[in-house]
Amino acid sequence: MKTSGDEPTGPTRSERISALAQQHGALVTLVVAVIAASLSFDTFMTADNLENMAVSSAFLAVVALGMTFVIITGGIDLSVGSLFALGGVLAAWGSQYGTAVALLLPLAVCGLIGLVNGLLIARSRLAPFIVTLAAMLGARGILLSITDEGSKTYLVDKDSFFATLGQGKVLGIGAPVWITLALFVAGAVVLRRSRFGQYVYAVGGNEDAAALMGAPVARTKVTVYTLSGLCAGLAGALNAAWLVSGVTILGSGMELEAISAVVIGGTLLTGGFGFISGSLVGVLLLKVIQNVINQIGSLDSAYQQVVSGAFLALVVIAQTWLGRRRRVL
Amino acid sequence: MTDLALGGKAADRERILRHLQSYGVYLGVAVLLLLNIAVTPHFLSAENFRTQAVQVAPVLIVALGMALAIGSEGVDLSVGSVMALSTSLLSLYLGYGTWIALIVAIIGGAAIGLANGSLIAFIGIQPIVATLALMVAGRGLALVLLPQLKDVRDPTMASLGSGDVLGIPYLALIAAALALLVAFVVRRTTFGRQLLAIGDSRPAARLAGLPVRRVLILVYVCSGALAAIAGVLATARLTASDPTSLGNLMELSAITAVVVGGTPLSGGRVRIGGTVAGAVLIQLLTATLIKHDLPPSWTQIAQAIVIILAVYAARERGKR
Repeated sequence: MKTSGDEPTGPTRSERISALAQQHGALVTLVVAVIAASLSFDTFMTADNLENMAVSSAFLAVVALGMTFVIITGGIDLSVGSLFALGGVLAAWGSQYGTAVALLLPLAVCGLIGLVNGLLIARSRLAPFIVTLAAMLGARGILLSITDEGSKTYLVDKDSFFATLGQGKVLGIGAPVWITLALFVAGAVVLRRSRFGQYVYAVGGNEDAAALMGAPVARTKVTVYTLSGLCAGLAGALNAAWLVSGVTILGSGMELEAISAVVIGGTLLTGGFGFISGSLVGVLLLKVIQNVINQIGSLDSAYQQVVSGAFLALVVIAQTWLGRRRRVL
Repeated sequence: MTDLALGGKAADRERILRHLQSYGVYLGVAVLLLLNIAVTPHFLSAENFRTQAVQVAPVLIVALGMALAIGSEGVDLSVGSVMALSTSLLSLYLGYGTWIALIVAIIGGAAIGLANGSLIAFIGIQPIVATLALMVAGRGLALVLLPQLKDVRDPTMASLGSGDVLGIPYLALIAAALALLVAFVVRRTTFGRQLLAIGDSRPAARLAGLPVRRVLILVYVCSGALAAIAGVLATARLTASDPTSLGNLMELSAITAVVVGGTPLSGGRVRIGGTVAGAVLIQLLTATLIKHDLPPSWTQIAQAIVIILAVYAARERGKR
């Protein structure tokens, strides 16, 4: 810790560089990765490939949006992968009763599970990782039991309005991308400009201090886990609309992807610091890396797992290291 | 708040709660046993008990390592992937002899543990995140080494998986021996005491001059090695290496066993007896649901509820 002298001293040069690296490192890496990929592969900068990457990023991005709020409060949500899959299956089943049911049913169920997560964590003071780990198991169990142990696949009518939400295009760009961008703008405004956003940062920074300042700590936590559940359910529903079916095996390992994206985007796992736009950059960076691995072709999905695990470890190491150099925060 | 501050009745209630939290798991096992004896046909047979003992062995062995990690105020989410990695390594090296393959598989698991421990001890990454990274990378590595299911045709492995001494399966004997060993390590060795001190309060342990980093690394190496042993034994029982699904959700079962057994997630205490009973409880719960033809998905939901209940009960003690 710095001791405060008579005159306030600003951060030193190396601290400023660390801060910049932490905040914009992901963006710089993304730009470098995109340039390198487009120079290496002719197939990278094609409209089809970019469009495909954008749409497949959109679903992960929505999950990462909710996760960003959770991580800024100093928590973690391991249930999002299961909720994503559950949301997709519920949406596909519900689509036979119209678009409203297809959207509201997954939001209601996944939001409710998120709410229960939040209540157990905030009101009963249970550890976030164990509560959401149990929710991950439980949600997967519910998913399996409503699909005859995973053997039944519900299809979405290709001509329905719900399918258009996933497959339709506006100005040549897929509808899920527009929806995701709108959600990110809304999320950023809420986090930066609303009182709730201030509470989110305050709770993550120092829970006791936040409580002393009169921030509703428990309510804030309940809200972020509910938000995370809603985001995961919505992402699942949009994904089902895109695939025109509810696929039961989706979403395993998605919690790691979402956490990676958020952390790569500069949000601190210890809470209290982070930004929404960073998470979007983190998602894009992950997807570009996956795309490059796919382009190389000889590397199969097993290598992707190795690379993404190692990548998360590297980013967290870098973040911890930068955080240590920069004590001002 | 101390007990003095509470009235007589409140203190009694508090004491009962505390006992229930510590020994409730044995009560749970007893209730499930009695329930099964009463309503499940053919439950009370030597054959059934052998089956249950063989099935609980891998979970129990993983839970022993998890108990050490949780006792140090950490957690190890990579155990399922370590099981997968060990089964892949075993299959790859069986050509060089069974024992060499076994040793390589266990060293592989210990190496993942070393990576976990180094990230946690030297760089200061939270255990959840460090072991989450190795959970994904480890499963990927297992699949890179052995892309699909492979039969294990090895006489030594086969006898390890299905053999017995005086009617007690080898797997159950090995699990029991490891449980005794870990209980001894926790209670009687310097390492065990240091581990508990670190789990209790890491800053205090550091101030007291304990080798915090070395102990933490050793904890995760033990957890990795134990998970690898569990993977090897599960392979012997299944007579096949299946890196895709071996050890899936094992971290959950292990954490449940440990927490249900009365080890607090906040570290500083390890209950090996309770962990054994916790593993048996999960096994009996699963067996009960399956024997009454309830679908496997119900087992997952039931386990999720048991986890929450156990952690909720542990919370009462924490508040004191």
